[in-house]
Amino acid sequence: MLYDALIGPFTEFEFMRRALAAVIALALAGAPIGVFLMLRRMSLVGDAMAHAILPGAAVGFLLSGLNLFAMTAGGLVAGFAVAILAGVVARSTGLKEDASLATFYLASLALGVTIVSIKGTNIDLLHVLFGNILAMDDQTLLVVAFNATVTLLVLAVIYRPLVIESVDPLFLRTVSRAGGPAHLAFLALVVINLVNGFQALGTLLAVGLMILPAGIARFWSRDLTAMICIAVTAAAVSGYAGLVLSFQTRVPSGPAIILVATVLYIVSVLFGRVGGIVRQLFPGRHLEA
Amino acid sequence: MAALHFHNVTLGYDRHPAVHHLSGEVAPGALVAVIGPNGAGKSTLLRGIVGILKPLDGTIHLGGLDARDIAYLPQSAEIDRSFPISVFDFVGTGLWRGTGLFGGIGKAARDKILRAIGAVGLSGFENRPIGTLSGGQMQRVLFARVLLQDASLIVLDEPFNAIDAKTITDLLALVRRWHGEGRTVLAALHDMEMVRNHFTETLVLARGPVAWGPTAEVLTPENLLVAMRMCEAFDDSAAACAADDISSRAA
Repeated sequence: MLYDALIGPFTEFEFMRRALAAVIALALAGAPIGVFLMLRRMSLVGDAMAHAILPGAAVGFLLSGLNLFAMTAGGLVAGFAVAILAGVVARSTGLKEDASLATFYLASLALGVTIVSIKGTNIDLLHVLFGNILAMDDQTLLVVAFNATVTLLVLAVIYRPLVIESVDPLFLRTVSRAGGPAHLAFLALVVINLVNGFQALGTLLAVGLMILPAGIARFWSRDLTAMICIAVTAAAVSGYAGLVLSFQTRVPSGPAIILVATVLYIVSVLFGRVGGIVRQLFPGRHLEA
Repeated sequence: MAALHFHNVTLGYDRHPAVHHLSGEVAPGALVAVIGPNGAGKSTLLRGIVGILKPLDGTIHLGGLDARDIAYLPQSAEIDRSFPISVFDFVGTGLWRGTGLFGGIGKAARDKILRAIGAVGLSGFENRPIGTLSGGQMQRVLFARVLLQDASLIVLDEPFNAIDAKTITDLLALVRRWHGEGRTVLAALHDMEMVRNHFTETLVLARGPVAWGPTAEVLTPENLLVAMRMCEAFDDSAAACAADDISSRAA
């Protein structure tokens, strides 16, 4: 009975296996990115970037229909353009990164909506906005896995400068020029993972599988490595449980995954070891030193 | 050869000078205090030296030093203390010059980090997140990192602000140790007594240099008065500076 509910769907249906593989790949790559977004106080930047991707994906969609390759390529181009332009403007002028990004993503979003409304009245567009992880073909799955692999490799390369830049950017600037490139590479990774996520979760929810696990991790550890591991686990568990939930009920898969993550988040806020509400209300007797 | 050479340096923001027409040099191994009222351009000058602010005019020669040979301790407000990083890891970033992007932290490096943490009196704090430290402890951590940077030019921006006497004594001992090892040390300071007792050379700054030389000769009431009266006015519609007329400006 329990087997039928929890494991049965995956042994029985290939699309469920594909979806599970995809969501695990997304968790492995997206959650660490989310942790850094959160620690660098850029949580909403991910959201902004998700909007920035829209015109690229829309152009890809209009040129070749619901071809995920074309939409991915378009999304990457648009996302990179916005991320890099915003990064360059912020670094070469005094403008804060968020202000600079807001400008570019709004422009990009307006462009996207324009493109869509000129030529589209399509139901398939719902697909772009909310994704469909259950409709993954082999090709798409390979793209997702490839992007996840690239993300982990690049993250390994820029890990040290990225950490130092987050804690003490001025220090990194005085000892190395790696800060700027590391930051731009990080923004690129954000874009790659958003595009990766929107095939499964849609442009609007893609950022959810990055930020929510990061938020969960913050309540369980004070150590960066542990936080990343917890975030990845939380994302994978949300993905699996969301798929099961979606299979057993009529909830669409994308929202189901994010809703499960939300439940985990609420539990963490309440019972988390680090700064959870219950912990704060009943902290126990104070220590000796 | 001088460790540092200023040629008619003007540093500032948005064309407005904060340090105006500074010339002079710092000998290798010198122990220099930079003093002056708030807004005199002390921090700006130090930022210019470490290369994070480009001069509006003139040049700063580092006497062949690479950016990596400089250790810079800014005012600590710019550090994100909420980031989850331990004292050990944070101090360890001081080894960047040797490790770079990928270099491993081996046994020798670990010992070095532990010794540096011990040298600033924080043994036992290695695994504490930096967010849990007091202001004085954080300053000790920053000194430990400077210690690890093993730099031949050390630039300290108001390193003893809001620090208790005991910590100041400990950290000053480190500064003297660096001086003894032949490193060049520049520090922006406010405590005249400390400057008089511990620093051999002093630059009194009030946008332009008011006086520069051996501390005993420079640290006179007259010079300090001149510096205090420094025109703090920021003129939005100031004309482009034409002359090198520093003396009239200071007086």
